[in-house]
Amino acid sequence: MSSLTDLANILPGNAVQPRNHPLETRWGRGLLGALVPLVLLVLWQAATAFGWVSTSQLPTPESVFSAAVQLLEGGTLAQHIAISTQRVLIGFAIGAILGLVVGALVGLSELADALLGPFIGAIRAVPSLAWVPLLILWLKIGEDSKVTLIVIGAFFPVFTTVYLALRHVDKNLIEAARAFGLKGTRLLTTIQLPAVVPAVFSGLRLALAQSWLFLVAAELIASSMGLGFLLMDSQNNGRIDRLFLAIILLALLGKITDALLGFAERKAIKRWA
Amino acid sequence: MTSTLDRPAFTASTKPANSSLSVTFFGVGRSFGTGKENRQVLRDVDLVVNPGEVLVILGPSGCGKSTLLRAVSGLDAPSTGRVLIDGTAVDGVDPRCAVAFQEPRLLPWQSVERNVALGLPQGTSVKEGSARVAELLRLVELDGHSGLRPREISGGMAQRTSLARALARRPGVLLLDEPFGALDALTRLKMQDLLLDIHSAYPTTVLLVTHDVDEALQLADRILVLGRESGEEAATVSRILAVPGTRPRNRNSEELGQMRSSLLASLGVDSGRH
Ligand SMILES: Nc1ncnc2c1ncn2[C@@H]1O[C@H](COP(=O)(O)OP(=O)(O)OP(=O)(O)O)[C@@H](O)[C@H]1O
Ligand SMILES: [Mg+2]
Repeated sequence: MSSLTDLANILPGNAVQPRNHPLETRWGRGLLGALVPLVLLVLWQAATAFGWVSTSQLPTPESVFSAAVQLLEGGTLAQHIAISTQRVLIGFAIGAILGLVVGALVGLSELADALLGPFIGAIRAVPSLAWVPLLILWLKIGEDSKVTLIVIGAFFPVFTTVYLALRHVDKNLIEAARAFGLKGTRLLTTIQLPAVVPAVFSGLRLALAQSWLFLVAAELIASSMGLGFLLMDSQNNGRIDRLFLAIILLALLGKITDALLGFAERKAIKRWA
Repeated sequence: MTSTLDRPAFTASTKPANSSLSVTFFGVGRSFGTGKENRQVLRDVDLVVNPGEVLVILGPSGCGKSTLLRAVSGLDAPSTGRVLIDGTAVDGVDPRCAVAFQEPRLLPWQSVERNVALGLPQGTSVKEGSARVAELLRLVELDGHSGLRPREISGGMAQRTSLARALARRPGVLLLDEPFGALDALTRLKMQDLLLDIHSAYPTTVLLVTHDVDEALQLADRILVLGRESGEEAATVSRILAVPGTRPRNRNSEELGQMRSSLLASLGVDSGRH
């Protein structure tokens, strides 16, 4: 059988990837990814230094930096960041868990699908910001209403991906497992759950992005702290440097949380796909 | 062997699961679709397969060979008639059977070894289970590849994994749906020999579907040819042939040559050209 063994070694899955292309090394990719932001930073600096754009429209990079330092020293920046991050994490966690549970229920059970499917579809059709007045009426302008809005934002991407992924699990695999006596929970944990892991992670990443979106929406509408509030407040006071600061911070926080999730995703996909 | 525990009906006949069981087809028919869409695929299949026998099923593509196997495994129920295993009716997925499907159907996220272990009957102890899996992997010559994922192995290796998974069950009835379909001619011959070795080491009733007449002649005690009579929509038993001689058979014997021509003719192939 050595001929077969040799065969296995030249199969694509086993082939040794050439690793010298810049796109395939971690450093190469990191450098390339940093290129566009760096170019933008240089352009930004040039635009303000040479007066291409008025500083009332575009603050200088230094002024944004000093706005950051100033707010940091006053201690408010850390507070804004902390409260926003906290809202996103709590809302995302609750929304994602609900999305997983309800998505699994509706995806696995025909009864639950018939019962809940149309209702959830109708709720999803409501543009999520339409909930804001109702949330404020019911939950007042406190943490609850903001976190609830984020929960709604995080729920649907997770629910939809889990539901659809469970519906599309390879019927042949399920049948094979049934033929070997698997049913109920064992079937679920052996076939269905592993099969949907990659889809679940893309749902989670969408949900995380939605959570930041809904955070800013909630904070713009009614808040006294947080990055959305900083945006609103800076606009009202004409502090364009702080406005830029808030946007850059949102970009950074969004990217960092997404990267963490992406890291978990790669681990999971390596294990399950 | 506790595979019978979840089916109390069978505990009465406390046969060890690895002894061969008879299979009886009793007026088995299957149609798909309702109303105008209704299409009869199989009708009036009556046959007794003896314990330990190797029955090879031949027939043109789409005539219902896989459907017939699915009725035995309990994955599908016939529209008419019944299938009995060892005298008891098949009702739902039957733990006395093991299937190797037409496609390997391996779990992509598990190693070859774990995929084979999936076939172990429930309640097999960890120690016994891993010993049996290791033995089977050696048997199908995959022991050097036990850690690989299905996407990292060739089509033929995947089919051997699928065969090992079915054998892990030590079934009373082994259902093989074109198990060697994806293999090259040489590996195919090796796998046929392997199957015969396994069959003598662990006697079991085998129902094997193939398109390959030579494979049928080499492996079968009897060959069942499924086919449609002219003007009929559904296929049924068109011939049953006992293959003479003991295995391994001489592939070039004259008697087998004649059977080969006759089988090809009943499959609608002009054997003079082959
Ligand atoms: N679930 C199903 N629903 C509707 N029709 C089906 C179903 N399963 C099988 N059939 C039909 O039954 C017929 C027989 O199918 P089957 O898979 O048993 O054929 P086969 O003899 O195994 O063919 P092949 O040699 O190509 O594998 C086909 O015409 C197929 O379209
Ligand atoms: Mg078939």
